[in-house]
Amino acid sequence: MKRFWIIFVRELGAYFRSAMGYVVMAAVLLVDGLLFNVYALGGGAKYSADVLRDFFYFSSGTTMIASIFLTMRLLAEERQAGTLSLYYGAPVREGTVVAAKFLSAFVFLCLITLLTVYMPLLIFVHGKVTAGHIAAGYLGLLCLGAASLSVGMFGSSLARSQVVAAVVSSALLVTMLLFWLLANITDPPLSSVFGYLALHNKHFLPFMKGVVNTMDLVYYLSVTYFFLLLSARVVEARRWR
Amino acid sequence: MVQVEGLTKYYGSRCALDRVSFRVDHGEIVGLLGLNGSGKTTLLRILAGHLLPTSGTVTVQGRDLYQDPFRLKRSIGFLPETPPLYGDMTVASYLLFVARLKGLTRKEARLRLEEVEAEVDLAHVRDEIIDQLSFGYRQRVGIAQALIHDPEVLLLDEPAAGLDPVQIVEMRELIQGLRGSRTVLLSSHILSEIRQICDRILVIQEGRIVAEGPEEELARKLRPGMRVRIQVRGGGDRVRQCLAAVDGIDDIAGARQEGDQATFLLSLSKDVRDRIASALVRGGIGLLEMSRADLELENVFLGLLEQTGAAG
Repeated sequence: MKRFWIIFVRELGAYFRSAMGYVVMAAVLLVDGLLFNVYALGGGAKYSADVLRDFFYFSSGTTMIASIFLTMRLLAEERQAGTLSLYYGAPVREGTVVAAKFLSAFVFLCLITLLTVYMPLLIFVHGKVTAGHIAAGYLGLLCLGAASLSVGMFGSSLARSQVVAAVVSSALLVTMLLFWLLANITDPPLSSVFGYLALHNKHFLPFMKGVVNTMDLVYYLSVTYFFLLLSARVVEARRWR
Repeated sequence: MVQVEGLTKYYGSRCALDRVSFRVDHGEIVGLLGLNGSGKTTLLRILAGHLLPTSGTVTVQGRDLYQDPFRLKRSIGFLPETPPLYGDMTVASYLLFVARLKGLTRKEARLRLEEVEAEVDLAHVRDEIIDQLSFGYRQRVGIAQALIHDPEVLLLDEPAAGLDPVQIVEMRELIQGLRGSRTVLLSSHILSEIRQICDRILVIQEGRIVAEGPEEELARKLRPGMRVRIQVRGGGDRVRQCLAAVDGIDDIAGARQEGDQATFLLSLSKDVRDRIASALVRGGIGLLEMSRADLELENVFLGLLEQTGAAG
């Protein structure tokens, strides 16, 4: 556990030492701010709950994109620079390395997400939304973010180049997003399977409306665990090659 | 002490190491000499625990590396060909991170940091960002990360690769300073580097250890008799005529003419260097230099390649 925190602290510090962390943070805040003004606040009279729902809708998009950028370097860069050998030569398990790196990315994503809180607060002050709705929306964003980060981590474990890692992760995420389209054109039971696996439509929409379902939480936790496990196995398998 | 028994490694169907066995005793500096692609890096990566072998055993201080990997990784330091450095960190913070990762407590890590900084001469750059250091200093930081947890076994993969002549000398002195206190196994394809640093040489070719021992012993095993290089002023034919009468010269080869000077490599069945000198002087040929060539590692290495058919 001690080594987990040592790696976590180094990785979290790396976001603040490099331009990448600040660039991703600034880009997310800029895009979220613009979308909030154009789509959430613009377009005629709306209920404040709808404004909040729209905010969480486009924030989910920026969160997924940010996740790809935050994770693409995590393992691919280590492979390219040869620093992965530090972990292979240390008394630490591959799973610990992957988990520590994931947590650092997640904490950084939480920080970025936290910085967007002024927008829902504006709605809260000037409109009629509950704190529970805001909390549920943010819980959904963090769940979706965790799942996206784990997919990004998996993409990063497969590639040596960060660009390739980002492309692989994006392709995986888009595929998981589009499962709901497959659900629409397939018959049961396949439609149910694709519907359940859809990353966004099935499981994120309730959070946007302020509803927290245990099933959705379980889904996001399962996706996160599954891709982290795969990432750890890929890193482990490299010791055979 | 490191003991390797029957180590084999396949990458798919390609055999990178073929039943490699050897032993390195405590305090020894052993050189792993081989051409590029001969299996040096694979061997070192397996010994460092980075790579798993297809079969065979590695024992470090009497313990099997694969039975007790976590414990043994603390007693092994490894410098890969590309040092594993985080360029965004300062030298001190990076070394502290590696020390903690290897299992040292915060206090132990700080103590070791001071010792290693002194040992590798890094104290004056401890607060520099690694990316801003010169190549030579980055290599030093690489050595420092291999030493930071005070390992008993040190594995160095091409430690002088890419260094300038001054840095090579510094690196050599640094490694020689470890003699006696640590078991060192270093790989290189630079013959002079191996010769000057190592007590013993393992010659690896196509994944097999083809020869083992000190440089002189390898030379004697490979080419019995004596080899002498002479440099003279004058033509090649006259030299051959003068030396024809000297008993004990088996072969005169490798005439290289540079202006009025020529160099020859003589194979002798016995030590007749005094007679060679007399014959040349009597024949009116200016003898500029005579030196033994049989102990040169280049000859040993090339001889081995010839024997195993790789030179052609």
